[in-house]
Amino acid sequence: MLWRDWRGGELSILAAGLIIAVTSITAVGFFTDRIERGLQQQSAELMGADLVITSGMPDVADYIEDTRAHKFQVAMTLQFRSVVLGNERPHLVEVKAVTEGYPLQGVLRVSDTPFGADAATTGIPASGEVWVESRLLQMLGLAVGDEIRLGASQFHIRKVLRYEPDRGGDMFSIAPRVMMNQTDLDATELIGTGALVNYRVLISGPRSAIEAYRRAIGDRLRPGEQVLTVEEGRPELNAALEKAQQFLGLAALISVLLAGVAVATVAYRFTSRHLDTSAMLRCLGASQRTIIRLFTLEMLWLSLLASSVGCLLGLLTQFAITELLDQLVLAQLPPPSFKPLLLGYMTGIVMLTGFAMPPLLSLKQVPPLRVLRKDRATSPVHGRVVYLAVMICMTALLYWQIGDFALVTTVIGGILITLLLLALAAYALIRFLNRLRGRVGVAWRYGLANISRRPASSVIQVVAFGLGIMVMLLLSTVRSDLLNDWQRSLPEDAPNHFIINVQPDQVEGVRNYFKERGVADIQLYPMVRARLLEINGKPARTSDYESERAKHMITREFNLSWAEKMQVDNTLVAGSWWRRNDFGTPLLSMETGLAETLHLRLNDILGFDVNGTVIHFRISNLRHVDWDTFHINFFAVAPPGVLEGQPANWVTSVYLDAGQRQQLGELVSLFPNVTVIDVATIMQRVRDIMDRVALAVEFVFLFTILAGLAVLYAAIQANQDERRFETAVLRTLGARKKTLLLGLFAEFSTLGALSGLLAGVSATTLAWVLAETLFKFDYHFDISVVLTGVISGTLIVLVAGLLGTRSVLTHPPVETLREGTA
Amino acid sequence: MAESASNIYVEARRLGKQVSTREGVLTLLDDINFRIDAGTSIAILGASGSGKTTLLGLLAGLDLPSSGEVIIDGQNLNELDEDGRAQLRASLVGFVFQNFQLLYGLTALENVMLPLELAQATHPRNTAAALLDRVGLGERLHHYPNQLSGGEQQRCAIARAFATQPRYLFADEPTGNLDSETGKRIIELLFELNSEQGTTLIMATHDTQLSQLCQQRMRLDAGRLLKPGASRQHD
Repeated sequence: MLWRDWRGGELSILAAGLIIAVTSITAVGFFTDRIERGLQQQSAELMGADLVITSGMPDVADYIEDTRAHKFQVAMTLQFRSVVLGNERPHLVEVKAVTEGYPLQGVLRVSDTPFGADAATTGIPASGEVWVESRLLQMLGLAVGDEIRLGASQFHIRKVLRYEPDRGGDMFSIAPRVMMNQTDLDATELIGTGALVNYRVLISGPRSAIEAYRRAIGDRLRPGEQVLTVEEGRPELNAALEKAQQFLGLAALISVLLAGVAVATVAYRFTSRHLDTSAMLRCLGASQRTIIRLFTLEMLWLSLLASSVGCLLGLLTQFAITELLDQLVLAQLPPPSFKPLLLGYMTGIVMLTGFAMPPLLSLKQVPPLRVLRKDRATSPVHGRVVYLAVMICMTALLYWQIGDFALVTTVIGGILITLLLLALAAYALIRFLNRLRGRVGVAWRYGLANISRRPASSVIQVVAFGLGIMVMLLLSTVRSDLLNDWQRSLPEDAPNHFIINVQPDQVEGVRNYFKERGVADIQLYPMVRARLLEINGKPARTSDYESERAKHMITREFNLSWAEKMQVDNTLVAGSWWRRNDFGTPLLSMETGLAETLHLRLNDILGFDVNGTVIHFRISNLRHVDWDTFHINFFAVAPPGVLEGQPANWVTSVYLDAGQRQQLGELVSLFPNVTVIDVATIMQRVRDIMDRVALAVEFVFLFTILAGLAVLYAAIQANQDERRFETAVLRTLGARKKTLLLGLFAEFSTLGALSGLLAGVSATTLAWVLAETLFKFDYHFDISVVLTGVISGTLIVLVAGLLGTRSVLTHPPVETLREGTA
Repeated sequence: MAESASNIYVEARRLGKQVSTREGVLTLLDDINFRIDAGTSIAILGASGSGKTTLLGLLAGLDLPSSGEVIIDGQNLNELDEDGRAQLRASLVGFVFQNFQLLYGLTALENVMLPLELAQATHPRNTAAALLDRVGLGERLHHYPNQLSGGEQQRCAIARAFATQPRYLFADEPTGNLDSETGKRIIELLFELNSEQGTTLIMATHDTQLSQLCQQRMRLDAGRLLKPGASRQHD
């Protein structure tokens, strides 16, 4: 049966639809899989491992034994604050003692002179040696080769430590780093009982094994122990990774659904072509069950064949993309896994049997009488149950691929609602068109009649066209909006240095220092340390909170700032900013994320211990802060006149180019207590990720567009047979080519305009919903999107339609008429 | 078209049609020669597969011959392009098919209006309505083909075929899809209109009884005309 149908040329179109679908799905799958793992790898770098177990107690080292059984790579770090003596001067430092193998992900970068050229290294400090940050050398007037004392031991400074992948931490309180070998630790006699030490066990290994291990130890963590994963390890990268996954997931999702629509559309045509065969089979005594079995088996074989071809093409396409990407940006991606292959097959089978079966099932109900009277057609019965089952299967498959249940259900729900609205609107418009028919000439009447003759089929076409165009509109307008918005958040001249610890009497001096060196006027912000004591009169306790972040926020010191005006890149979410007559009143502007974490609301009263004095602040507004901009921002800001009397530090962030960076030594010698933190390297990392993701997203969206084109093609092919027949009749009656063309023009331009209108309206609506709910940025209804929809819809459908029906005009009418009615 | 009376005929000259198949070249029609004068009715008899439909298609310019030529009213169809042949059909030719070939998206009235509009006739709606009334479908103008019985569909098709008052009417097994009683009434209608309008009727059929209604007969067998000169047999 399969072979017979194939020879008849009827299955090839269904197979083509399916192959496009499976190819795009597997290519997207392979690609997103590799990119995702590439991104995981990159962010693992920023944690120094795939998984980190951290604790204040040394017994966290037990996990090292534990992990040996899993053949993971393991390393350990200890971090604590201490004081070094160099040039007979003491200085507070953050010591990090590391074991062989550290870091498991990413590399350390070192140089021989402060601010000199740096290079990657795979080693760690040898016994008796330390690597230190540039600023420590400057502060103590030391050079590489000099000695420093740490506890009971004396160390040689061997290298300048320039980049530490897992540095992180609170940027404002970082003392310069001293990195040493862990074997020297005992000799320093620094780690006694009760010492405030952060122990970290770093673990790396295959992703699935790491995931499993993470789940396994989740329940038996001792108090104070905490697991950090790639997702949680680096908050400033979280946003980037999360958005990347959302973008890629969204693209893959839409491709799958579009391909489904394409297959469903083609299946519709396949079914109508099989009405006669089924009637004949039933005449010959085939039971309904036989017919179903026949077609099910045929579909199964077809889906297996087409999925194989699709998977192969998907794999090849994916290699091609990676090759291309390699030359552009990517250093290396992890090899493809087999998951996408399985996904491709499953999708192929579910999609074909699912989307094609409901119309095919209606074949069993073809009355045998159709053999005698062709017009006794059955309207394809839409098996609602089957469609429901397919939707559930597809949701499950998509969830499997994307792993974000909210995204999958939001998008599927959104697309279903859109489909329904599109269908309703299309139906209404088609009914309206029918009324126009009597008032137009023969070609237009023929064209309009073609549309309104079969409302169901036309609705399917308008919806399919509309969906295809909508996706393209969404991609061309919204995609660039989304990506631009995201990349704009970290422009080339974003601040790459933090200047902290500026004393009140140095503010003007620091400002002038940068002004003299051609750096634009910099803004310095005051910062007062405070500890949160009570919330609405009740003591703030860690036990009141579930989340680790909340517990951490309760125990750590807050940096309170004050300002007359809100920072320009913040947005007010609730309440109002203070006026001049509020100055001096203890009000507080809170960052929304922190407010959520600590369950704080507007008008809550927070008691802070500020240098021994308790001040009660009322939360007068909540504001949103983009933390990924690298601008100085504060969780809590008060109006002027409240904190001025308290001992304050001033901080700023500034963009410095390579030349200006060289002169930083001068700043440090002018203001010895001022600390400069260089985040250029970290920022470059974040920017790298953004660029990679943006490029990846562009590529993935290419497939989505291919799937959209497949839908358009399928929609045009859907009633090609009828169109061929009708054209033959018209030509027999003496219609000229021009008239026929005008009829097709009327049909396709109307279909295109209708689809484009609906697509434009739904694209801008969907974009707005996505922007508001998922990506969280402002997007406004845009009439030009609707206009673009109408124009591009008309043009695309017209051109595609006329190209697709070219054969109709050149086919000798006598052949078509001999074949009988469609 | 203004042609002299001597020009008014359909003529096939050494007409041949071959198609390529996987098994080789298949000859559908071979060396067909005849001439049909205006105002007559002629039956092309033959078993199924004898080439009747192919011959009708070539005569009406729906397809081009592999060899030979068709002349309608002095015009060699080979010399016309597709649009030229379409224009000739619009002005001179009407068609009735075995399976009616109505456009299912158009009402009965719109189906009959179609050739009138294509020929840019004045008042196509009135003419079409009058013709439908003439064939007994006056009450069913706004019905769609699938709302009509087979007989009614064929009546509609006949109304459509006669709408432009064609000089030549080609009918391909016009009763093939109908029961004998309905078929009989359809044939009566066809011949009535034929004589009312003085149309030249060229009808392909396998039904010898039906062929007796025509003034002339010729028989096709495996693509060849069996009795050369049969067109004069009745004279």
